[in-house]
Amino acid sequence: MSTAATANLLPEFERVSASLPGDARVAERRRAALARFAASGFPSQRDEAWRYTSTAGLARRKHSVAIDTPVNLARGRAALAAAGAWDGPQCVFVDGSHRPDLSNAVAAAGLRIRPFAAAVAEDGRIGERFAGWGGEELSPMISLNAAFAADGVVIDVADGAEHGEPLRLLFVMTADVRDRAVFPRVIVRAGQRSSLAVVEQYVGESAADGFTNTVTQIHAGEGARVTHYRLQDESPKAYHVGNLIVSQERASEVVSHSLSFGALLARQDIHIMLSGPESSVTLNGLYMAEGRQHVDHHTRIDHFEPTTRSEEYYKGILGGHGRGVFNGKVVVHQHAIKTDAQQSNKNLLLSNDAEVDTKPELEIYADDVKCAHGATVGQLDEDALFYLRSRGLDESAARALLTYAFAGDILGRLGIARLQKELAARIAGRLPGAAEFLEAV
Amino acid sequence: MATSANDVEALISKGYKAGFITEVESDTAPPGLNEDVIRLISSKKNEPEWLLEWRLGAFRQWLKKEAPRWAHVRHQPIDYQAISYYSAPKSRKDGPKSLDEVDPKLLETYEKLGIPLREREILAGVAVDAVFDSVSVATTFREKLAEAGVIFCSFSEAVQNHPELVRKYLGSVVPVADNFYAALNSAVFSDGSFCYIPKGVRCPMELSTYFRINAAKTGQFERTLIVAEEGSYVSYLEGCTAPMRDENQLHAAVVELVAMKDARIKYSTVQNWYPGDEEGRGGIYNFVTKRGECRGENSQISWTQVETGSAITWKYPSCVLTGDNSTGEFYSVALTNNCQQADTGTKMIHIGRNTRSTIISKGISAGRGQNAYRGLVKVTKGADNARNYTQCDSLLIGPKCGAHTFPYIEVKNPTARVEHEATTSKVSEDQLFYCRSRGISREDALNMIVNGFCREVFKELPMEFAVEAQKLLGVSLEGAVG
Repeated sequence: MSTAATANLLPEFERVSASLPGDARVAERRRAALARFAASGFPSQRDEAWRYTSTAGLARRKHSVAIDTPVNLARGRAALAAAGAWDGPQCVFVDGSHRPDLSNAVAAAGLRIRPFAAAVAEDGRIGERFAGWGGEELSPMISLNAAFAADGVVIDVADGAEHGEPLRLLFVMTADVRDRAVFPRVIVRAGQRSSLAVVEQYVGESAADGFTNTVTQIHAGEGARVTHYRLQDESPKAYHVGNLIVSQERASEVVSHSLSFGALLARQDIHIMLSGPESSVTLNGLYMAEGRQHVDHHTRIDHFEPTTRSEEYYKGILGGHGRGVFNGKVVVHQHAIKTDAQQSNKNLLLSNDAEVDTKPELEIYADDVKCAHGATVGQLDEDALFYLRSRGLDESAARALLTYAFAGDILGRLGIARLQKELAARIAGRLPGAAEFLEAV
Repeated sequence: MATSANDVEALISKGYKAGFITEVESDTAPPGLNEDVIRLISSKKNEPEWLLEWRLGAFRQWLKKEAPRWAHVRHQPIDYQAISYYSAPKSRKDGPKSLDEVDPKLLETYEKLGIPLREREILAGVAVDAVFDSVSVATTFREKLAEAGVIFCSFSEAVQNHPELVRKYLGSVVPVADNFYAALNSAVFSDGSFCYIPKGVRCPMELSTYFRINAAKTGQFERTLIVAEEGSYVSYLEGCTAPMRDENQLHAAVVELVAMKDARIKYSTVQNWYPGDEEGRGGIYNFVTKRGECRGENSQISWTQVETGSAITWKYPSCVLTGDNSTGEFYSVALTNNCQQADTGTKMIHIGRNTRSTIISKGISAGRGQNAYRGLVKVTKGADNARNYTQCDSLLIGPKCGAHTFPYIEVKNPTARVEHEATTSKVSEDQLFYCRSRGISREDALNMIVNGFCREVFKELPMEFAVEAQKLLGVSLEGAVG
C-alpha cells in the first residue's frame, strides 16, 4: 500500500490544534478524526466515488490552516460587496472566521443562532455531536473537516417556530494568505413542525486560491420544513469540497438547492436519509463549468421508511474545457415500501473540449415502489437555433437564449424571487450574447 | 390481490428441469493451476508454440491481477487451485467423424436436453457445434457451410487447420490482460467455437452451439471467436444448460467478435445453467467476457441475451464502435430468482463518427434474487454525431428481491446525443385485475405481462430461440401468483 496522501495537513494540525475551539474531549475527537483521514488520505480515483474527480491538486498543495493569522477585513469587505446585497439576516465569515461586525443575524423567537466556535466552547456536547453525528464513514473529507472545523454556525429552531425569512451564511475567501484551507461547519437542528430557510453562499476574491472543505448537517424533526440553498461561486482558482448531510424524521420536508458556478475544482456530496415515514426531499441543482473548471455532484438518497418520496432535478452546462460529473444514487431499503423516487440529470455540452460523466444509480430492495431516473447528454437543438435565427437573433444571442432557457426550470424552483433574479444575471453573465435578451427577462 | 408469499415460494421451489448427470469417463487433469498445467493443456491439444507462449503470457498477467470486487454480487472466494483445468471425454482421442462415432451417452444427454441433432439437421437447418465439457464432439452441416466458404469448427480444429486466422484475431478484441477472468480464460481455455465468414458471404444458416458443463469440479473455459469479413452476415446462437450439482462450478468464457466493413453479426444467447437450490447452494458462476468490435465502416454487432440460469452472472457483452457509421445493439432479459445474483449489462464505446448504439435491458427479480444492470456508454472525443439510447426496466416480484441500475455515461464530444431511462416497478395490480376480469387465470396473466415486458427483447431473437425463451420464462414464473 502506498502511503495515503495527506499533503502537509498532519503537521498543520499539530501547529494549530491548540487554537481550535473546544475542550479536551473535543480535542480528542478531533485527533481521532484526523487519524481516520490520515489512514485513507485524500480519495484517489480508484475509489468509485472519486472515479472522475482527481484530488491530486489538493494532495500536492502546501495547505495553510491560518486560523491564527488576523483577518484582513478590508479585503473581506471588498469581496463581500461583490457577493450582492442582502437585506435580510445574515452571518458573514471571512477566511473561515465569523465576523459579528459584518453580520446582522438577529435572534428571533424560537430561533437560536450561535457561531460554531462559541457554541463548541460553551457546550462540549455540540462538539461531541458534530464529531459523532457527522457520518464520517461517508467521506474522508468529513473526517478532515471534523479535525479542523474552527468556525461556522449552529442554528436551533424550536418546535413549532416558523421562520419564513431566509438566513444567509456568507463565506468570503480573500487572497490574503496563499493556499489557505478553511473548514466551516454548519449545524441546523429544526424542531418539530418548525420551518427554516438557509442560504449558504461561498464567494472569493478573484485571486483567492483557497481550499474550502465544508460540512453542513441538517436534522429535520417531525413535520419540519427546511429549505437549504448552496450557492458556490468561489474564485476560479479555488478548491471547494462540500458535504451536506440531512436526516429527516416523520413527515418532514427538505428542499436542497445546489448551484455551482465557481472554483477550479468543486465537489459537492449530498447525503439524504429519509428516516421517518412520509418524509420527502427535493434536490434541485445546476452546475456550470468553463475554462478548466471541474464540477462534481454526488447525491445519495436513502429511503429507509415506507411512503417516503424523493425528487431530483439536476442540470449541467459545460463549456470550454469544463468537465461536469454527476452521480445520483437512490437506495430503497427493504422496509421502504410505497417509495416514490424520481430523478433526472440533463447535460448540455457547449464546446468541443467539454466533458460530462453522469451516473444515475438505483438500488432497490423492496418491490412495491415506483422509481425512475433519466439522464441525457446533448447539445443545443439545431432546429430551435434555426428558428431563433429566422426571427432575427444573431447566432450568439440565439445560443445564449436557448442555454438560459435550459437552466430555466432549475431557477424557477428556487422560490426566492431576488435570488432567482440574481442567479439569472449570473448565468447570463457567462453566456456571450445574453445581454441582448436579458433586458426582457 | 397481492402476490402472496406462497406463490413466490411455489415459483422458488420450481425444480430445475435439466438436472441430470451423464456418466462419461473423463480425461481430467489434477486440480490446480500452474505453468505445467498450461503446458499440459497445450500439448494435449497439440498446439503450436506461439499459442503456448500466448497462454503462458496470459497466465503471468493473471497472477498479477485480483478478482474484481466491484460487481453487486456476493460469493465465497473461489479457490482457483481446487479446480481442474482440463477434462475431455475419452472418445475424443480418435476424433468422431460422424454422429455414429459419438459416444451414445453423449447423444442421450442431448436427447434429454431436447437437442435432437439429426432432427435439427433436417427440420431446422441449424448446424450445431455441440460442446460437451470443453471438447467439441459433433459438428454438422460442415459441407454445406464449406460450400459457402464459411469456416465453422471447434476452436482446437481451427488452431490446427487455420492457425493464421486464429493468430491474427485471437485476443484482438479482448486482450489477454483485459480483466481477471479473461486472463484466466486466455491461459487455460479448453475449446470453443471458431467461425469465419468470408467477404460478401451471407451465412446460409443460423450457427448454433450448445454448451454443457458436466464433470463436477471442472471449470469450463470456452473461447469463441467470430470474424465476419467485409459485407458478410452471420447469426450465431448460443444456448446452454447444466446438470444439477451441489458444487459451484466456475465458467469463465471469452467471446470475441470482429465485424469488418459492412459486415453484420447477430449473437443470441439463451442461458439456463443450473442456478443453485432454494438456499443458494450450488449453481454455476458465470463470469463471462463478451466483446465485439465493429472494425469496419457501416458494420453492425447485435447482442441479444436471455439470462435465466446461473447462481451468479457477471457478464457485459460490449461493442467497440471503431468504424464510422457502425452500430451496436444490446437486448437483454435477465431473470433472477431464489438466491440468484446477476450483474449484467453492456458497454458501448463510440470511437468512429456517426456511430449509434441501442441498449434495451429488462431485469426481472423474484424470490431473493438480486438483479443489477451495469452499463457504460462512452463517447470519445472523435466520435462526432454519436447517438445512444438506453432503456433499463426492472420488474420486481416479491418483497425480498432487489433491482439495481448502475449506468455510466461518459461524453467527450458535444455533438453526441445520449439518452438514458430507467424505471423500476412491480407487476401492476391493475393489469392483473384487467386480465382476470377477461377470464384469464392469474398465472397466465402474469406470464402474459412478463412476456409483454420482455417483448422488445424477444422480438430480436431468432424464431427458435424466441420460442425457447418464452417457454423458459413461463416455466420460471409458474405459480408466481395464484
